[in-house]
Amino acid sequence: MRHRRAGWKLGRNTEHRRALLRNLVTSLIVEERIETTLTKAKAMRPHVEKMITLGKRGDVAARRLAAAYLMTRDAVDKLFDTISPRYGDRDGGYLRIVHGGFRQGDGGDIAFVELLGSEKTLDEKRQKRAELRTKRAEENRKAMESAEAENKQAAETEAAIEEK
Amino acid sequence: MPNPKRRHSQARTSKRRSHDHLTAVSLSECPNCHERKLPHRACPKCGYYKGREVIAMKEETS
Repeated sequence: MRHRRAGWKLGRNTEHRRALLRNLVTSLIVEERIETTLTKAKAMRPHVEKMITLGKRGDVAARRLAAAYLMTRDAVDKLFDTISPRYGDRDGGYLRIVHGGFRQGDGGDIAFVELLGSEKTLDEKRQKRAELRTKRAEENRKAMESAEAENKQAAETEAAIEEK
Repeated sequence: MPNPKRRHSQARTSKRRSHDHLTAVSLSECPNCHERKLPHRACPKCGYYKGREVIAMKEETS
């Protein structure tokens, strides 16, 4: 019988597990999308939903309860100001868990956890990151070229000196 | 010490092992890039799942 065996222990003692879940929930609220293992994703889901429900209440007591669980003030503010209002007409199911592949190294089952309705901000974030990457690549290429040119020049002057 | 009374034939060994085999993984087709992928998982080739959910792919940056 598996009576009263709900939930996941995640191979940690109570304090460690609580700290891990608080960190995961805070990260998800700040980043709107995180990559973790499937089991951790499933374990954190009820905690995130409870936080969003607190955010929907919106009163000072709820804010203090959320602040007692979340790790940073920024996360509390974001939860109450931008995330919870999104789910006004939705009762639970605020998360999307997408299965990824298996992690290289330990074969861990990877999952992506997203807050519903954050697709737009996520896409913007991704685009910004891609732009930054291309810019940096361009700079690197230019730096390489100029360095090469310098090297060539130096070699030429050296050769000229040697000829003399 | 207990010991086997009778010879254990090749046939017996083979019969026992007749069910020792791995089953092939069932793969589905990615609707985006038509690569074979594991079902219910984001496609490792193109990073898509159900229309979006891009896991940032290296090809996209170039």
